[in-house]
Amino acid sequence: MRVNITEYLSIELDDETWHCRHCDLALSSARSNYKEALLVYDRDPREIHRPILDQDRYEFTYAPDPKWCRIIEYYCPGCGTQMEAEYLPPGHPLSHDIELDIDALKARFAAQPIGGNQ
Amino acid sequence: MTDVHTHEQELLKEFLAGATLFLGPDPEIMLDHDIAPISERERGALDRVTDTHMAGVVRSRVEAGVNEAFAMSSQTGACPGARWGDSVCGLFTANGDLAISSNGGILIFSVLTQHAVKFIAKYWIDDPSVGVRPGDGFAHNDARYGNIHNTDSSVILPIFHDGELIAWVGCITHVGENGAIEPGGMPTIAETPFDEGLKMPPIKLVENYELKRDLITFLQNSTRDPKLIYEDMKSKLYACIRLKERLEETITQYGVDPVIAVLRGTLDDTKEEVKRRISEWPDGTTRSVAFSDGTLRENLLLKINLEMRKNGDQLVLDFRGSSPEFQNRSINTQAASMKGMLAQLFLGYIWPDLPRNQAVLAPIEIVLDSRSVLNAADEVPNAQSMMTFFFGYSAGQVAVAKFLYSATNRYTKILAPWYNMIQTFIYGGMTQHGEPAANLCADLNGMSGGARDGLDGENAIALASCAMSDLGEQELSEEENAFVQIISKKIMRDNQAFGKYRGGQGYQMALAAYESTTWGFASFCVGSKFPTISGLFGGYACPAYPLAKVQGVDVFDTFKHDPGSFKWTIEEIMNERPFEGAVYSTHHMGFPFELAKNGELYMCTQGAGGGYGDVLERDPAAVMKDLEQELISDWTAQEIYHVVYDPSSFVVDPEATAQAREAERDRRKQRGVPYADFVREWVTEGPPADLPFYGSWGDREVIYAGGYAGQPHVRMRSDAIQDVVVPHPREVRIASLEATVAELQAKLREQ
Repeated sequence: MRVNITEYLSIELDDETWHCRHCDLALSSARSNYKEALLVYDRDPREIHRPILDQDRYEFTYAPDPKWCRIIEYYCPGCGTQMEAEYLPPGHPLSHDIELDIDALKARFAAQPIGGNQ
Repeated sequence: MTDVHTHEQELLKEFLAGATLFLGPDPEIMLDHDIAPISERERGALDRVTDTHMAGVVRSRVEAGVNEAFAMSSQTGACPGARWGDSVCGLFTANGDLAISSNGGILIFSVLTQHAVKFIAKYWIDDPSVGVRPGDGFAHNDARYGNIHNTDSSVILPIFHDGELIAWVGCITHVGENGAIEPGGMPTIAETPFDEGLKMPPIKLVENYELKRDLITFLQNSTRDPKLIYEDMKSKLYACIRLKERLEETITQYGVDPVIAVLRGTLDDTKEEVKRRISEWPDGTTRSVAFSDGTLRENLLLKINLEMRKNGDQLVLDFRGSSPEFQNRSINTQAASMKGMLAQLFLGYIWPDLPRNQAVLAPIEIVLDSRSVLNAADEVPNAQSMMTFFFGYSAGQVAVAKFLYSATNRYTKILAPWYNMIQTFIYGGMTQHGEPAANLCADLNGMSGGARDGLDGENAIALASCAMSDLGEQELSEEENAFVQIISKKIMRDNQAFGKYRGGQGYQMALAAYESTTWGFASFCVGSKFPTISGLFGGYACPAYPLAKVQGVDVFDTFKHDPGSFKWTIEEIMNERPFEGAVYSTHHMGFPFELAKNGELYMCTQGAGGGYGDVLERDPAAVMKDLEQELISDWTAQEIYHVVYDPSSFVVDPEATAQAREAERDRRKQRGVPYADFVREWVTEGPPADLPFYGSWGDREVIYAGGYAGQPHVRMRSDAIQDVVVPHPREVRIASLEATVAELQAKLREQ
């Protein structure tokens, strides 16, 4: 039984595995941090939020300051889907953002068929 | 012997009770966000009222009364906040719990007014020098007694029936001017609570349903806009009286028991329903961080750390590890204010169908470090608490979304973070009519909505803390005040949080003083270096936003002599510099009050809501629609969304677009690094030495503070936080200039 956890992640309850919802690649144990199975990239924020004002003339340009802020992009190793984008100061530990009680999740869906939002 | 001892104890207790030198904020009231234990009176009423149909009618009658009072307050209020929906009316139980709030307005106000009602009930009812009688009314504005900040003020009336206190009614409004060190009521430069203007604990301002003119005159005499204070207090008082009348009519028709039962029953039902809905979420933990990049006086990076734990019907929001409080900056938040914003999160965005009352937060546990910036002491200023509690709310939006996606039932769409900064200008001075005035532009209500699962976000739609507010009529403001909003409500190109579904986009504003020799502006936002909100599920954040100024020009002269040379976007004005001899500059958005010369430009930009999902999944047709409407540039269409199209016709080449997107996916796979390798290279033990950083880094029990103005980072245990004291910006500037002079002198000596 497959339960959708985010826009791009699902958990296969039968073998307790994270999956990519875009390419169905099995990522890692659902009891682990799914990010450990992804590719990670440190992005200069100006590549996404380009300076709208002339950065040679102005300190503040609509672009984040790359010395203060980086975009950490997480990609599926199978299809390259960007599953998360985390804005962090340089060197800041990455968030373990989803840590579900897998036993409780299995018990919940064993007790009731998938419906509602799934 | 025992009797004597007991007698002495009683005497001592009585003496101490009568000798309290200061009735300050009561932690017992301020730190408790649960509803009060049910009283015997409430239990009896609930037992006697068995007709649920009749109770439903009573509830509707009461709700209609609350909404009528809100409408009345909005239509009669003098302050811009009241007129544009930055107010709320509510009905409280005899114990002081907010049971029913108006549908319109800023819910957070009413959720926070309960503390003031409970203070009045606890301290003033039995105090012979004060007392609570029919016809009395109270006012308050101090956040330390329950509020966001002291620019908002209340009127609260007790409701009696046959001599019995059965309820309270209240109206609270963003008034604006309050006599603070800067005009307009939300000072950025306040260094102590005493710089922040009037700080009213709950005081009796009304007797026999009339405002006491001596006290009103005192309040007026302490602010820059005395007429506003009087008009607005009257407006709130009469809104409360109208609500009282509606309540009395309901009692006359249905009896007092049904009213008491409905108020209590609504709270109990809401609390139980919240627990039931929490139980529909998966058990587990989600985590989220948000960063505020300033104190409004300088750029510092403040971390807001959230771990959300859910088990069964229990939900814990644990903010430990967040930034420490600042002794001499106004961005500190009282714990109650933080909780008020979280109530707004759940009632506004997670369960908007629930009755609007304080019980929505009652079953939820909130954990905060003592003396953190989200749980600040009474001794530190808090006028700009929004600069930190909005980040708690935004971190909460992300953490909740990660539970909600797999919840058994949702009651709203999954939502990326709403924009969370009050992008607007404060103004003040002498108007063209010779009147003193100080307040703010309603553009703060134009925050953009986050993208939703299946939908783009709404452009410039509503304040994060007030889903039903208005932008107001700028022309009305210009008739009353000595400034013109020259560029107004014009959506800014590329001001977008990108994603499969994009966030709502914000507009640009350009203001100039007009026909006054004494007029000025201020602004108060953070987020010029670090975006204030994130995206969701791979979507991107909003951009960073500067304040832009053009000085040494009178644009009204330009309109007279060469109107065609004026440019209508901030991008063009700042990059093309159309005004010869003018000085162009950008700054962070924490901008202390400054007198403006006629026709000089002050410009800012309303922010974008967060993006949702991978940009490569955005429908190319939606990209073209944004391009055609000039919401985005060709650069964004091509470099962010990787759409291939004919620029002259906006016709998409589907095959080429698919190829371009596949190529980008391949590039991601090439540049992406396996997680373990990335962490090894990326994660540092602490913040970079030259990054002013405040909060935990890895371990939430270790708090960093420093890295600014030559101060090294210090480390503190989270249970022993010391206030941060930041040097005055002028001193920092002088030190920097002195260092430069010394350096140049050394070079001269070498030569």
